[in-house]
Amino acid sequence: MIRRYLGLYVVAVIIAVLPFLIPNGFYLDLAIRMGINAVIVLGLNLLIGFAGQISMGHAGFIGIGAFASAVLPTHFGWHPFVALVAGAVLAGSLAALVARPIFRLKGHYLAMATLGLGIIVNIVLRNEAKYTGGPDGMPVPPFTLFGFAIDSDKHWYWIVSVILMVSVWASINLMNSPFGRALRGLHGSEVAAQVVGVNVTRYKVAIFVMSAVFASLMGSVTAHYVGFVSPSLADFGHSIELITMVVVGGMASVFGSLVGAVLLTALPQALATFEGWETVAFGVILILCMIFMPKGLVPTLAARFGGRRE
Amino acid sequence: MLAQLLQYLFSGLTIGATYALAALGFTIIYNASGVINFAQGEFIMLGGMLAVYFTDAGLPMAVALPLAVLIPSLAGLLMARLTIEPIKGAETITLIIVTIGVSLVIRGAIQVWLGKGSHGLPAFSGDIPIRILGATLMPQSLWVLGVSALLVLGLWYFFNRTLSGKAMLATSFNRGAAELVGINTGRVLFISFAMSAGIGALGGILVTPITLTSFDAGVMFGLKGFVGAVVGGLGSGLGAVVGGLLVGVIEAFGAGFLSSSYKDAIPFILILFILFFMPRGLFGVKVTDRV
Repeated sequence: MIRRYLGLYVVAVIIAVLPFLIPNGFYLDLAIRMGINAVIVLGLNLLIGFAGQISMGHAGFIGIGAFASAVLPTHFGWHPFVALVAGAVLAGSLAALVARPIFRLKGHYLAMATLGLGIIVNIVLRNEAKYTGGPDGMPVPPFTLFGFAIDSDKHWYWIVSVILMVSVWASINLMNSPFGRALRGLHGSEVAAQVVGVNVTRYKVAIFVMSAVFASLMGSVTAHYVGFVSPSLADFGHSIELITMVVVGGMASVFGSLVGAVLLTALPQALATFEGWETVAFGVILILCMIFMPKGLVPTLAARFGGRRE
Repeated sequence: MLAQLLQYLFSGLTIGATYALAALGFTIIYNASGVINFAQGEFIMLGGMLAVYFTDAGLPMAVALPLAVLIPSLAGLLMARLTIEPIKGAETITLIIVTIGVSLVIRGAIQVWLGKGSHGLPAFSGDIPIRILGATLMPQSLWVLGVSALLVLGLWYFFNRTLSGKAMLATSFNRGAAELVGINTGRVLFISFAMSAGIGALGGILVTPITLTSFDAGVMFGLKGFVGAVVGGLGSGLGAVVGGLLVGVIEAFGAGFLSSSYKDAIPFILILFILFFMPRGLFGVKVTDRV
């Protein structure tokens, strides 16, 4: 029991100590972005790593959440919290609606369908300029809860930290539950999973919906934190970035997701002085990772040093 | 009304021919190796951009254009050798991600090298439109359609009448059996990547005078070519051609009658519908999994 949560404690300690080590606002901002990406990547990893299903349009769900939090309070006077929930419900329902027919397909067809979905969301956001501000995006009102406006980076740091801790805890438990075992079985062999009585389609739909809701919620958080949204949040490139995080950190690894998100959120900052080379670097990292450690950083290191396996 | 319909049909077929070439590229590689090459669009972009670069550098068309096909073919070969061969037989997801990595490298390198601007080429034989029943057809469209048709015929001949082509077909049906009868399936892999890249690049060159090109033009071409390949039924050559043309025509009609700002969304809405109701595409064959 203690072993299972060991990693969680480590994460908690890092989160608690970090604010005292961070020299300035720039790094605090970076830390918050890492946290947000980590939660999204955790959700995506449940789908890609554990269930073996690829979503190439995940940024679309982030876009739905972000724009729900921007559009509904601005144009319709909704409370930001209600808008956030509405975004999550919309993303979840959309995922459920398309998931059932899509998940009868597999491999390339699934990649195609999720990719199409993401692109459609992005195009809608770009074109409905009356509400979304079009390609330029729009400002987002601050998040308020019980009359308090959450508007400082310090507040957001703790909020994102709490969400991250809960997500890590939930992911660990989920993977060790019957649901998680069913998912892993499904990745190993769908037919075998079916034979032992796993309702394959239902599980796939459930995990897809769940990861879509994760993405939408964090889209809303991003929107309120940054105070501005643009359709590039929902574009194909962003979806690829998220997949890269899953892959580099380690498919089917909870802590791999965190490592992947942290490393690849920091990378563009590190490469900022090399205008344009960032894309090349992302590409090279993806290729090298897949060729030399297809399991990703954390599982590969864990196997190398004979440490605890997740 | 007829003129308008004809006009949409012309522009749809022209752009559709490029999608068809991209779709063929996907199909050839898929058949040879089971890989969906998400870098296919980048070869289309590479063809267009290199053609612009070489003609701007002062090379005559007759030298510039072949170079702009040859270099992407070599890039395709290199891609197969360096990134696909080392992980042969890996999971679908791994292969997809590697090809995405390659596409990022190509796109990023071109962005750094040639910048972010849009570029055009002069039309191959002038800009004087041809009038047909009230609609106009640009001579460049005839180039696109004509060369694409020749290419498709050439491919048909290659796969059905030559030993190398038949070896590639055999590999796609059953790799193990192909190896047993002495086919070098490694070579088939290389040929398929070089061919697909060259075909894509040629399409990219032909369409550049009409649509312009830039470092990120390959993304949409590639994705729509993929839609074409899936619409036709992944793995079917005829399906890829029909699928690509269909995507182009539907896109043109949708842009004309429904909304031009949603033009790029139309192929993707189409693909969702097709996957829902015809999960194997128009010409796809039903396959069963071995357990």
